[in-house]
Amino acid sequence: MMFLGGPRREDPAQGREAAPRSAPAQAVEKLRAEGLKAWFGATLALKGISLGMKERRVTAIIGPSGCGKSTFLRCLNRMHEVAAGARAEGRVLLDGVDIYGRGVDPVQVRRRVGMVFQKPNPFPTMSIRDNVLAGAKLNGVRLREEDALFEKALRRAALWEEVKDVLARSGASLSGGQQQRLCSARALALDPEVLLMDEPCSALDPIATARVEELIHELAERLTIVIVTHNMQQAARVSHYTAFLYLGELVEYDETDVLFTKPQNPRTEEYITGRFG
Amino acid sequence: MDRYRRRSAIDRLAKAACVAAVLLALVPLASLLAYVAAKGVSGLSLSFFTGLPKPVGEPDGGMVNAVTGTLVLVGLACLFGVPPGVMAGIYLAEFGDNRFGKAVRFSADVLSGVPSIVVGIFVYTLLVLWMRGFSALAGGVALGIIMLPTVTRTTEELVRMVPDSLREAALALGVPRWKAIVRVVLRTAAPGILTGLMLAVARVAGETAPLLFTAFNNRFWSIDLSQPMASMPVQIFTYAVSPYEEWHRQAWAAALVLVAMVLALNAGARLLLHRRAPR
Amino acid sequence: MAVSVTALGRLSLPRRLAPAFWGEAHLGDRAFRLCTAAFAAGALLTLAALALQMTRASALSLRRFGPGFVLGTEWDPVRESFGALPFLFGTVVSSALALLIAVPVSLGAAIFLSELAPGWLRSPIGFLLELLAAIPSVVYGLWGIFVLAPWLRDTVQRPLSGALGGLPFFSGTPRGFGMMAGGLILAIMVLPTIASVSREVMRAVPVGLREAALALGATRWETVRHSVLPSARSGLVGAIILGLGRALGETMAVTMVIGNRAEISASLFEPGYTMASVIANEFTEAAGDLYLSSLAEIGLLLFGVTLLLNALARLLVWRIARLPDGARRA
Repeated sequence: MMFLGGPRREDPAQGREAAPRSAPAQAVEKLRAEGLKAWFGATLALKGISLGMKERRVTAIIGPSGCGKSTFLRCLNRMHEVAAGARAEGRVLLDGVDIYGRGVDPVQVRRRVGMVFQKPNPFPTMSIRDNVLAGAKLNGVRLREEDALFEKALRRAALWEEVKDVLARSGASLSGGQQQRLCSARALALDPEVLLMDEPCSALDPIATARVEELIHELAERLTIVIVTHNMQQAARVSHYTAFLYLGELVEYDETDVLFTKPQNPRTEEYITGRFG
Repeated sequence: MDRYRRRSAIDRLAKAACVAAVLLALVPLASLLAYVAAKGVSGLSLSFFTGLPKPVGEPDGGMVNAVTGTLVLVGLACLFGVPPGVMAGIYLAEFGDNRFGKAVRFSADVLSGVPSIVVGIFVYTLLVLWMRGFSALAGGVALGIIMLPTVTRTTEELVRMVPDSLREAALALGVPRWKAIVRVVLRTAAPGILTGLMLAVARVAGETAPLLFTAFNNRFWSIDLSQPMASMPVQIFTYAVSPYEEWHRQAWAAALVLVAMVLALNAGARLLLHRRAPR
Repeated sequence: MAVSVTALGRLSLPRRLAPAFWGEAHLGDRAFRLCTAAFAAGALLTLAALALQMTRASALSLRRFGPGFVLGTEWDPVRESFGALPFLFGTVVSSALALLIAVPVSLGAAIFLSELAPGWLRSPIGFLLELLAAIPSVVYGLWGIFVLAPWLRDTVQRPLSGALGGLPFFSGTPRGFGMMAGGLILAIMVLPTIASVSREVMRAVPVGLREAALALGATRWETVRHSVLPSARSGLVGAIILGLGRALGETMAVTMVIGNRAEISASLFEPGYTMASVIANEFTEAAGDLYLSSLAEIGLLLFGVTLLLNALARLLVWRIARLPDGARRA
């Protein structure tokens, strides 16, 4: 009954102008957390976070390590509960529908909300090509325009030119930066509406980082991105909005330019000026 | 200084003793392999692989039935031992960090220590009495039970070695957990599991005791699973304790075939493991 | 059906209720988990069924002889009088003999492999020891009949008999086959088990402990003796118990060289009979329910003892290291 990953007949982004980067105020909220709490065993990692993420914008989550930013991200596509002893409470609205509501299958949620992890994790037993198509193939979806689909995904991930001649090679044979873009392509092949990125550049060198950041820019024209980063320059470079998390709580959220130039909260200021963290 | 000299002398002595222990341990292996090779080769002939057991004095006796029988029994053992073992191993690795998992793990380990002859009696009371006769099927079940704990624990270990990041990658693509396990985790662990399976098969192929009162023996050609079936280990036993020179020769030949099979499986398993390791 | 939405992989909410079941909402996941759990339960059930069946098969003998079964010295199928003591004796003595020989050798080998051997030598020697474990029992038996027993008779027992024939252990005719051959062949067979488990246990001792000792000026041997062995002690005991478990249950090789006579004799030259051997030799030929049941009871005893030993050994070793594969099969 499910047809996934195939090219959509109608692309929601097409026909709409990409919003200019500096004037995002009118954008609608694609994703909204309300009173989101998360536990690891008995430890409360998120202490009730409410935060909206706007459509076709990049929202960066920053904060010192252990502040719960990765946990927050993982709650947005129900990946948090995958870990043993982990659970979440509260609401996360995707287009107004609570993904933690009764009867919602987390598996379906993850098809709409894709994820790129801190460490590139291509499937080592699969070729580059199969890695890109993994989402559809693992779900047993028969693809009609396979070649077009994975070329499109690789192009969107800005990897096509580099790998088009070695598609049969193992995904593990690529460099770290290429692997990370391969993982992005893998997520993009499912045509998600939201892409969550968990410190996608922390394992990469500066050049590869720049490529991934470019990629984020391009992708934001069509989908909603939430990125976790410990690197404030990066947050400033790639995001429209920034949220500062500290000890499991949302301290401050604003347009990126505002947050980095005129923080309201003293703790935010301390953090972005490098006095702790 | 004297004290130091004494200490280093003891050190050297102890080291020498350890080296001697290794050599001592390897002497029987060398002797056994040499005898099996020498006597086995002289006992091998074409008729060994084509002929059926003959009464003493008749020429061209062989054990084609036992060679086939061993293959059939090992096949049955895999049928009964591998799928359940792999499934149980997956459970232990993926969901088994609870009391039930602990109990299963413990019973698998204890089961692997149960003497194989006891497994033979168990299957006898369970299947042979029920089917009113020895059968290849019963032999296969007995060998399968012997394989089960090894397969279970090997699978568990190897599935556990697959990094969580791959599971997460699959889950994040909207793949249900069970598909992520079967298509990604199991696939990644497959070469290692195969290695473990080869070792388990090698061990089971040489088992004799559990077959004595399950598959029993058969002087005739038979691949009927509901009938008694010959196997190389049982045939070696029967021939070895007999008083006949000709049968002894055949026992050695069978031992050579069996050992070659077991060694090939072991070496193959090692190769598989090593080819996989440097990546 | 909310057609187009589902077709695009969108949520079609609200859907039917999916009550939380072990924390998983996905139907396939629940089914898969349940399925693997069922197979996992299979291992538990097999063990339980084994215990149950063995007890049921022994019921007749248990009722007839009671606890006196283990002390009875007579084994007479004609008069249907069965006592297991000679077999218990044979099993205990041959296994003890095996440990006596195998423990020092295998500990020495394990120390060599884990502490002394240069890196390039470890893997090949480890492989050879694994081969020792991989060779089928019946092949050991064959080799025992035609190589080991004659060698024992001519090279070991004759001189011993000449020099120490007065002692009860070495009295009687040297014939090769007998308790000594049984013990020796068992020693060879349990050696790789003890060696490989010990090696794993010693490897699990933190490097820091060794370095600390070496830094204090200890020699290699002193490091092993005072640093490695003490911290590995419970695991080493576990390794030996595992070896014992294997020796007790080992069937074919012993059956082929121990002589198979239900007698209790102090002499190592004399034939003996073990629990496993008597089952192997007589089970298919046992006529009469009581005979069969008595053999089953011997099996039950063997099962009980190895069960306890293995449980104990696993508890001792589990805490320290994972078991290498060679240690698995008894």
